[in-house]
Amino acid sequence: MREPLIFDQSRPGRRAPSQAPAVAAATDDLPAALIRRVPPPLPEVSELQVVRHFTRLSQLNFSIDTHFYPLGSCTMKYNPRAANKLAMLPGFLDRHPLEPETHAQGFLECLFDLQEMLKAVTGMSGVSLTPMAGAQGEFAGVAMIRAYHLARGDTARNQIIVPDAAHGTNPATATMCGCDVVEIPTDPSGDVNLDALRQVVGPKTAGIMLTNPSTLGVFERRIAEIAEVVHGAGGLLYYDGANLNAILGRALPAAMGFDVVHINLHKTFSTPHGGGGPGAGIVAVTDRLEPYLPIPIVGRRDGSSGAEFGWLAEGERPRSIGRLSGFMGNGGILLRAYVYMRLLGAEGMRRVSGFATLNANYLMKRLAAAGFAPAFPQRRASHEFIISLKDVARDTGVTAMDFAKALLDRGFHAPTTYFPMLVPECLLIEPTETEARQELDAFAQALIDIRDLAFRDAAEVKRAPLTTPVRRLDDVRAARQLDLTWQSRVDSVR
Amino acid sequence: MSDVPKQLQYTKEHEWVRREDDGTVVVGITDHAQQQLGELVYVELPEVGRTLKPGDALAVVESTKAASDVYAPLAGAVLDVNPALPSEPELVNTDPYGAGWLVRLQPADTGALAGLLDAPAYTALLDAAH
Amino acid sequence: MPFIPHTTDETATMLGAIGAHTIEDLFDEIPAKLRVDELAGVPAGLSEAAITRLMRERAGRNVASLCFLGAGAYEHHIPAAVWEIATRGEFYSAYTPYQAEASQGTLQLIYEYQSMLAGLTGLEVSNASLYDGATAFAEACLMAVRGSRQARSRRVLVPRYVHPVWRKVALSLMAGQNVELVELAASGGRTDLDALAGLDGQDFAALCIPYPNFLGGLEPVDELTDWAHARGMLVIAACNPTALALLKPPGEWGAKGADIACGEGQPLGIPLSSGGPYFGFLSCRKALVRQMPGRIVGGTVDVEGRPGFTLTLQAREQHIRRSKATSNICTNQGLMVTAATIYLSLLGSEGLRRVAAQCHANTRALVSALTSVGGISAPLSPFFHEAVLTLPRPVRPVLQQLAAAGILGGFDLSADFPELGHALLVCATELRTAEDIAAYRRALVGVLGVAVAA
Repeated sequence: MREPLIFDQSRPGRRAPSQAPAVAAATDDLPAALIRRVPPPLPEVSELQVVRHFTRLSQLNFSIDTHFYPLGSCTMKYNPRAANKLAMLPGFLDRHPLEPETHAQGFLECLFDLQEMLKAVTGMSGVSLTPMAGAQGEFAGVAMIRAYHLARGDTARNQIIVPDAAHGTNPATATMCGCDVVEIPTDPSGDVNLDALRQVVGPKTAGIMLTNPSTLGVFERRIAEIAEVVHGAGGLLYYDGANLNAILGRALPAAMGFDVVHINLHKTFSTPHGGGGPGAGIVAVTDRLEPYLPIPIVGRRDGSSGAEFGWLAEGERPRSIGRLSGFMGNGGILLRAYVYMRLLGAEGMRRVSGFATLNANYLMKRLAAAGFAPAFPQRRASHEFIISLKDVARDTGVTAMDFAKALLDRGFHAPTTYFPMLVPECLLIEPTETEARQELDAFAQALIDIRDLAFRDAAEVKRAPLTTPVRRLDDVRAARQLDLTWQSRVDSVR
Repeated sequence: MSDVPKQLQYTKEHEWVRREDDGTVVVGITDHAQQQLGELVYVELPEVGRTLKPGDALAVVESTKAASDVYAPLAGAVLDVNPALPSEPELVNTDPYGAGWLVRLQPADTGALAGLLDAPAYTALLDAAH
Repeated sequence: MPFIPHTTDETATMLGAIGAHTIEDLFDEIPAKLRVDELAGVPAGLSEAAITRLMRERAGRNVASLCFLGAGAYEHHIPAAVWEIATRGEFYSAYTPYQAEASQGTLQLIYEYQSMLAGLTGLEVSNASLYDGATAFAEACLMAVRGSRQARSRRVLVPRYVHPVWRKVALSLMAGQNVELVELAASGGRTDLDALAGLDGQDFAALCIPYPNFLGGLEPVDELTDWAHARGMLVIAACNPTALALLKPPGEWGAKGADIACGEGQPLGIPLSSGGPYFGFLSCRKALVRQMPGRIVGGTVDVEGRPGFTLTLQAREQHIRRSKATSNICTNQGLMVTAATIYLSLLGSEGLRRVAAQCHANTRALVSALTSVGGISAPLSPFFHEAVLTLPRPVRPVLQQLAAAGILGGFDLSADFPELGHALLVCATELRTAEDIAAYRRALVGVLGVAVAA
């Protein structure tokens, strides 16, 4: 079922007239040299055509609302509809960001409460809600670490240590902050190699970026020692909160020794993935980094008629690393996270990590019993785990990529594949806590079926997917013969 | 298995070096390297005239799944870059030691060639890593 | 407890399969001293009914006002269909389209968006969005420095009247990368062309041209573009997307056109939302595409030759290039792009042009009405849909009194641009009616009149 491009459905002169002013106002007072001569190539379609086109496009997607989506490291849990509805109440939705604060007390109180709950969840003493994604949170964290060292006159510290299993945003962020990246290896047990760490720390160490549980799906058991080594050398610890779902309400990053944390609200706190954002990557810090938090932050003071909330910005926070967004970050996303956190409450948060971990361990055990190879069979799974298909690949030629495509035919979105890069032919599987047992059993059965088929008829597996709107796409052609706009197709035909 | 021509020299980063009669050297990436990368979609080449120290990033070879730096095996100036590669990056895959050459350099010091690996040494390196 | 489907029996069976007694056992690898038994500081959970009540009360505290305020976020009509479709579960709860076969809806939509944005800006390629206008501006400057082979400079010229927060954000984001923003002097509310002569002999990677500028004014884009190109600089256009339906797009500026265009996408179907989420757009000449950060979707074919779409040029991005990536951006603003694409499809070029023209006409009417009040003048022109008014008194108290009367009168320019005096930036979009403008005038007369009488 193919849906043509909206441009191909255009007809000259066709419009949706109720959506724009009925007449074109005069603009002859504007300089003639600045008036656009040729209209932009936007589609000319009716309102029904638009509705039909985009509705049909939506039906070509897999989504959490339609499919089990065990993408490791992404936390594809149910996005509560209430969060969307309440964040879009007109009182929040129609508000201009620069309205007087007196008009925005309801909004500001929600954000203040969110700041406080995030402090509780992390054990930290300061929070900024402004970073608009995990990557921006990481940027803020590394920038704060740099600012802290520079403020102490310690200008030599420009190295950031990153485990080789780290998510790509970690080293990319370090470079953006003007730091050098030093990679350290991971042990076969899944823990960071402490000896290697001891060798690389020194007077140039600004800090280390870690995820815990790590990207390998296991808890960094010697985190206290890691913290001691890095702090002892004068560096700070940054916590990439991508995997917070595994320990929510059960372990506090501050207690582990971290100085700064970012949390992906679009993972742990269930704000929508939206086909690629928007997200929110809030940062939380201990006392020593608190002055450097990105602005603005919501403050509270006791006024004559109760609590009053307002923005704290350049004047109140002179040592801040500065602003990271045009206004105050992804406000609507923050409201969705707030609603979700209020629905869960303290006990609900513990149950999130409890059942996320239960689901992951159960699924890992079922797959191990069926003969699949977990990367760390002796270890507890966190909220996710890795299985390596390298033996199947060796024996049949069927790879992790082929498994991923075959899962699509069986109605499951694939897990994360080929990340972390350390484990060959890996699937990183994160079921999340909102999936029922029957879904996990069906998924395990699908993997078993695919493996059986791989041994019977490898070529058949490699043909997958067969039932999706398109089959495997030519990535090489997409990169070599760049076709990035409809106009370029039209131009090349001419 | 990958092809390691006997008459060339090599680096640990999987570049090959060919010394020409006129004293210039031609640099490319090895068969092993192109196999690891997969089908190339783009090659970023340096500007002619640029001077490089050993270990400087000389070029970037890009496939759909990786983008790798190619390092200068020795100090020198860029005399020439392969004009076919912008439109046919796949030459690096199909003919890595011939039509898929990347750059011609004027070495600052031809003695530096002595520090490079010969074919047996490079083959041994590949076998050890396997 | 919400959203967790497990029954007690299922939990017991699953624990049995694992070989553990309780869920707590599954956390035995975490050292005991790191574990907590409960979260202090988080209240107990609420039912959906209770949180609905709470949020309605809080939303109700936000006072509705008549909006004449722009300054980077604009109140436009958003067709009802835009968010009904954008919040369909298949768009709302879909992930980044890494498994292309399972994401053709999102991928085709982004391809259509890229086409529309490229066309709107008059440039050849667009990415799939960045976080917002301010960060897009910063990324455009960084991209120009990376892409500027000729100049090799790490300095970018930025006119005085660019959005003051965008400048601050760019400084925060570029602090660690040794890139300098140099302010270009202004005169009469626009870049001072005479000041350009004084810059000869200095090296810059790029010149940034806001369009309109923060004061709503229209810069001499052709002269500036040609001047920059003659000196080997790239030209970055920082534009309002609605304006581009009416005004000459960056791709047509000067002899060769601008090289990069960026801006805030909020006007394209995104509600004011108390400040976010919005989205940033970024487009460029084809030759610069490999320097462009963010995701890009490309057309291709599948194994049966059927057309389809996939993420492409990913080797530039963080998950492959890691420390050498063009940017660390991963998650962007996908849902907002979905809304913007639907919006642009519903408006079309004629609809968007009429919106732009109406904004311009309404702002002219607003300026006309308010300058008929004694002591108020509009010193600068031409303007698009925002204009500067100078008041006879400090702006801030006037705005406070207007707000108390239910009117958001505009943005106080005096703190950021003291050389403009008691200056107020006012905006009237296509939604403002003659009655609205009359109401503003009445309220202003009341505010100024009261003070005069006292």
